[in-house]
Formats: sequence, C-alpha cells, structure tokens
Amino acid sequence: MTGTDQATVTRGLPAAVGRLLAGVPLLGWLLGFLAAVLVERTIGDTLAQTLGLPKMPVLFGILTVSKVIAEIINAVVKNTAFDPALLVHIPAALVYLSVVYLLPIAAVARLGARAANRAAAIMDRWNLTIPAAVHIGLMYLTLHIWAAMSDYRLITLKITLIAVLLTLSLNIINGYMGEFSCSHPGFMAVGAYMSSLFTVGLFVDDKVLGKALMPWALDFLTFPLALIFGGICASVAALLVAIPSFKTRGDYLAIISLAFLFIIKSLFENLQGLGGARGIAGQPDWAALPVIFVVVGLGIWSINNFVTSTYGKALNAVRDDELAAEAMTVNTRQAKMTAFLVGAFWAGIAGGLLAHVVRYINPAMFGIQKLAEVLAMVYFGGLNSVYGSIVGAVSISLLGEALRPLEILKWIIIPLMLILVMIYRPTGLVAFRDFDLREAMKPKTEPGQRK
Amino acid sequence: MSLNFFMQNLINALQWGSFYALIALGYSMVYSILMLFNFAHGDIFMVGAYIGLGVSLVLLKVVGTGAAALVPGWVVLVATILISMFLTAFVGIIVERVGYRPLRDAPRASAAITGLMIGIILETSNILFLGGQRLAFPQLIESRTYNIGGIFITNKKIMIVVVSIGLMLALHQFVTRSRWGMAMRAMAYDFVVVPLVGVPLNTIAVMTFAIGSALAAAAGILFGLSYPVLDPYMGVSFGWKAFVAAILGGRGSIMGACIAGFMLGFIEIMTVPGIQIINRLFALNIGSNLRDLIAYSIVLAILIFRPHGLFGEPYSAKLRL
Repeated sequence: MTGTDQATVTRGLPAAVGRLLAGVPLLGWLLGFLAAVLVERTIGDTLAQTLGLPKMPVLFGILTVSKVIAEIINAVVKNTAFDPALLVHIPAALVYLSVVYLLPIAAVARLGARAANRAAAIMDRWNLTIPAAVHIGLMYLTLHIWAAMSDYRLITLKITLIAVLLTLSLNIINGYMGEFSCSHPGFMAVGAYMSSLFTVGLFVDDKVLGKALMPWALDFLTFPLALIFGGICASVAALLVAIPSFKTRGDYLAIISLAFLFIIKSLFENLQGLGGARGIAGQPDWAALPVIFVVVGLGIWSINNFVTSTYGKALNAVRDDELAAEAMTVNTRQAKMTAFLVGAFWAGIAGGLLAHVVRYINPAMFGIQKLAEVLAMVYFGGLNSVYGSIVGAVSISLLGEALRPLEILKWIIIPLMLILVMIYRPTGLVAFRDFDLREAMKPKTEPGQRK
Repeated sequence: MSLNFFMQNLINALQWGSFYALIALGYSMVYSILMLFNFAHGDIFMVGAYIGLGVSLVLLKVVGTGAAALVPGWVVLVATILISMFLTAFVGIIVERVGYRPLRDAPRASAAITGLMIGIILETSNILFLGGQRLAFPQLIESRTYNIGGIFITNKKIMIVVVSIGLMLALHQFVTRSRWGMAMRAMAYDFVVVPLVGVPLNTIAVMTFAIGSALAAAAGILFGLSYPVLDPYMGVSFGWKAFVAAILGGRGSIMGACIAGFMLGFIEIMTVPGIQIINRLFALNIGSNLRDLIAYSIVLAILIFRPHGLFGEPYSAKLRL
C-alpha cells in the first residue's frame, strides 16, 4: 500500500535518467519549471511558428496531438478531407514539449541540484513557515506566468485547482472515513448558491435577485465572507446526512446521501427566488488566480492538518472497525460529524469559487454527472491520501481538457483508464500516503554520496 | 378527489412500479451474491431497450406489418421480449467478466467505480454507434382503452403489470424450487464457505448478472411500449431510482425489491394528487414539480427510521474498507 512496492528498474535509459535526477530536491524542480515557463514566454511563439504549429500549444502539446488524432478519426469514419500536412503537428508538438519543458526542467534541476540542495539544507533548519513560503511563492510565480500566456490555460488552471479542493474534501469522507458518500455535488451546490446569493444579492443588480442591497466600492473585500458563508451553509446542510450516519453505514448511508443530492437539486430547481432551473448568473468576477490559489492552499493545509491530527486518526479507526474504535474511547459520533462538516465546508467553498469562476450556476451543474466526475477523481488518485487527491484531480481534469478534441471518444478513454487503474491498483494511484511538507522540502542525497 | 381518480393513479403507479421493481431485482440479486451493487445496471436497462428495438425491427421486417403480417402483433412482442432477454443476458455476462471479476477481492468502492465507468462507456458507445438522437420504439400491439366503472385502462398497462408480475413469480419459483436457485440462496448466505463445498462462485455470479440483465431488458421493452421514445441517457435516472428501491426494500431481498419498486412508483405518482389535496385543504400553492423532492424526502424518512430497509437484515457485517 505504501511506497515500498514501487518497481525498481535498474537498467536502461529511464533508469539512468532516474538516477541522474534522483538527487534533485523539490526546490530544484520548482526552479526547473520556472525556467521552462520563462523559456516558453520568451521563445514559445517563435518556436511554434518555426515548427509549423498554428499557435503555441496550450496544454504541453497533448491538445495538439489529440486534435490531429481527432482529424484522422473523422477522416476514416466520416470521410472528411484530411490534410496530411497536419501529421507534422505530432512530431512538432513533441519537439516543442522537449525543447520548452523537458530539457530546461531537466537541465536546471540537474545543474542546480547542488545549489538547491544546499539552500534546502539551510532552510530545513529554519522555522517551517519560511521554506514553505519560498516554495509556495515559487510555485505560484510559475503557475502565474504559465497561465498568463493564454486565457484557456487560466480557466483550466482555475477549474483544476477547484477540483483539487473538491476531491480532497470528498476524500475526507470516502477515503479517510471509508463511507461511500454521494452527496458532494449537493454540498457544492449549497455553497455555490449561498455565496452567489451573498455576492449577487448584496452588490449586483440582477434580474433574479433584484437590486443590489448595499452597493459598496470595496465590495470585493467581502469575497472571503461570501465563501465562508457558503461553506457554513453547506456544513449545516450536511447535518442532514451526518445525523443519519450515526446509525447507518455503508450502502444505506450511500443511498441517504444520494437522496440528499436529489433533494438539494430538486429544491434549487423549484426555488423560483433563486432562479429555478435557470439558475443565477452575473456573479462578480472576483475569483482571480491568486485568490483561488490562496483559498485552495489554505484548504489543503487545513485538511492535511485535520487528517493527520487525532481527529483524522479517529476517522481511520472508525473506518477500520467502528466497534473497536468505540472501545478505544474514540467518540465515533463526534468523529463522523466532524468529517461530514469539514468535508461539506470545503466542498461548499469549492462550489462558491466555481460559481465565481464560471459566473453562472444552475442546478443541472450539480447532478449525477458531477458526482461521477468527483468520485472518479478521488478513486483514480487514491484513497486516504492528500497526494492522491491532488494527483487524481489534476490528471482527470487535465486529461478531460486535453482529450476534448476527441469529443465523444473522451468518455470512453477516461472510463477505460479508470477501470484499468481500479483493476491493477484498486485503491487508486497513490493511496495511503501521508503528506508532510517538511519531508517534501528536504534536501535529497545524491546517489553514491553519503549523508 | 374521487375514488375513480385514486384508482386511475393507482394503475399508473402500478405501471411505473413494475419498471422500478424489474430493474431493482437486478441490483438486489447481484448484491445478495457478491455484496456489491452493479452500478452499470441502469445502463444495461437502456441497452436492453435498444436491443429490443433492434430485435423488433428485424422481426417486423421478416413477418411484415399491418394487414399483411404473417403473425399477430402479440406474437412478435413475445418473441421480441424473449430474444432480447436472451441477448441482454450476454451484456450482463460481459459486464461481470470485464468489470467485476477482476475486482473480486478489491475494496467494494472500487467495484462501484468500475460499474459507474462501464455505465458511462455503454452510454457513450450508444451515442457513438447510433448517433445520439432519440429513436422511436415500434408499436407492436394496438392500443385499446377499456372503461371499467369510469376508470380508463389501456391494454398495454394491463399487459405491463401482468408480464412483470409473471416474471417476478417465475424468478421466485426459480430461486426457491430449482437446484441452481438453491445454490444462489446458499451463496447469498455465505460466499466464502459455500464455494468450498463445490458450488462454483463464478458460475453463480455470472448467472445472477445474466438473470438481472434479462429482467432489465424486459423492463426496457415494456417501457418502450408505453413511452415509445428511447434515448441513451434513459438508464441513468431509472437506474438510480431503481437502486433507491433496491435499498429501500432491503439489500439482497428479492421480495423487498419488488415491493419497494412498486412502493416507489406509488410514492412518485401519488405525490402529485397528494400535493393537490394539501393545496386545497390548507389553501397553499405548492407546485407539483416538487415531486422528486417529496418522493426522496419520504425515502429518506423511511431509511432514517428503518436503516436496513423494509425487508433487509440489520447491518452487521464489517465493511471491506
């Protein structure tokens, strides 16, 4: 289950590259990414033109490749005209990927490994806040420059970050506590609606919610309040699932949570005061990238603290054996209640963020489809693991975007991948891994070099 | 609110209940053997309806339509139901082989995810091969309306209820009287020890999937007869509602699934006149589109007071994660 069963390849080119890059600390990788992004910013457009690409590949060239594949499939199936010149795009995208991303990252990471290790070793002695601030700052800088190059990247990045928060909050209930909760889109809907009610109702003239109640020049400062309001409302709604969970477990709780989802969706469809089936539009554009980054960062930090605290361990105990946990003085009711409330709170915040990114919500956005998506992210990434949630959310949402040109085929490829993951790693890709910031930022020892 | 109106709604409720009950049986049988829910079952219902459409179109082409037909419509209908049940059983077998057998020892939630994903694949392949537009189901028998004491009943409604109850009774006979049925009951009792005395787990699992899928196909064709428009996502809402019925009846209980299926149909149909009565009594103005909300609230209330469903065993087994 843990990292012990990793395959160890000792020969061949991948192993050589792996040995070469094994001694690079997180700081080195971040610097490498920053270098790659800066390279793309300076020469990206020119390089794309030289390689014959129509424009700069937005998602590492995967999107370009899948566009070409989609054209080929169309040509075969529907007999549309296929321009063989398009085939050049595939090697061009690969060259672009290696020149702009792989080479700079590897070069900077390898060449700067020694300096980065030294810096990491120095920072390791300090209070955790300083190295954490340095790493997170570097990460934000990289993402900001990367996303600033195209609007498409920006919106993809925002949605991906929100998906990470949502997946993590579901992992508390489904992974750490081991229940199969289907109510998460419902919590998200409550958060989205309530935060929209707050922002649109108070500060924006709207057809559905009427005139702004208290227009204010500095209204954007209240955005955190709106998000927290949405989160708290989602928590209160979660009581409807949390209280039955005292007596009910397993499949019956799954059905209660599913009924909750249907009820919430039906409620919002019928509340004409909240726009009914048409929903609310015109949320103010406050969810900028830094805001989302900070909120998601806070979410990861607090959820990680929660699951590694005694509360989190109590959840694991409840999952593994409720009776034994109770005998060991774990207050199972309190544990279940906190898990649902915390999970729903962050799901509500994710919903509030989503409402202000898309700037339009309706009940149909929070249905069974959304449920399947979130469950896929949790189980693909890995149960009981913060890393897993991040991996699952990022890979599924990026894959969803990158395979978009394949249209309907996308919905065969992603489920098939998930089935394969379930068959070969039934608990997900990186399940049961603890997330330790200090451990992640530690300097690495070079292979062959003593500690 | 007259008695006639009530009876009229009761008949509609019986009709909807038959669909739910037939699909819920599939969930419940698989649960009783493997202790997990086959989340692709709703989409197997959809596939069954489409297979029924294909089979009936082929049969109609062979025997001809209208006055020139070689055999009357009901013969074609019976043949369609039987052939489609047979064919859809293989869909269920494939789903078991691909999605569930490799995960026999995995956590239950993983199998639930594979089921969901197989469902998505079935929907998508349908759109891919049939183009995604809605298709009309051929009307195999002529619709006649009988007026019994002011209650209007079509022959289709009678047929749907009779056929579904007949299938349920046949299933009951099979499970209680035959050797295979005995093996299934034994397996449901303990799927660890019973294979040790020589009952093959895989064969029984395949059989449950096949029977459940065949019943879903029958439900799909009956649905196509009364609401003759098929679309690729029709299995989603029906599947989840039948899943609710299967849980409401108690996991793994065949009788529970039937009764809860009819009950769910009853709740869904009766909330609309119920809302009308309440509106009239208390001079309120509750919209009748709150149907789903009220129906699920009732389900929620039942489950809070009877957490193991109507006919299920109280929950005792330890979760496998």
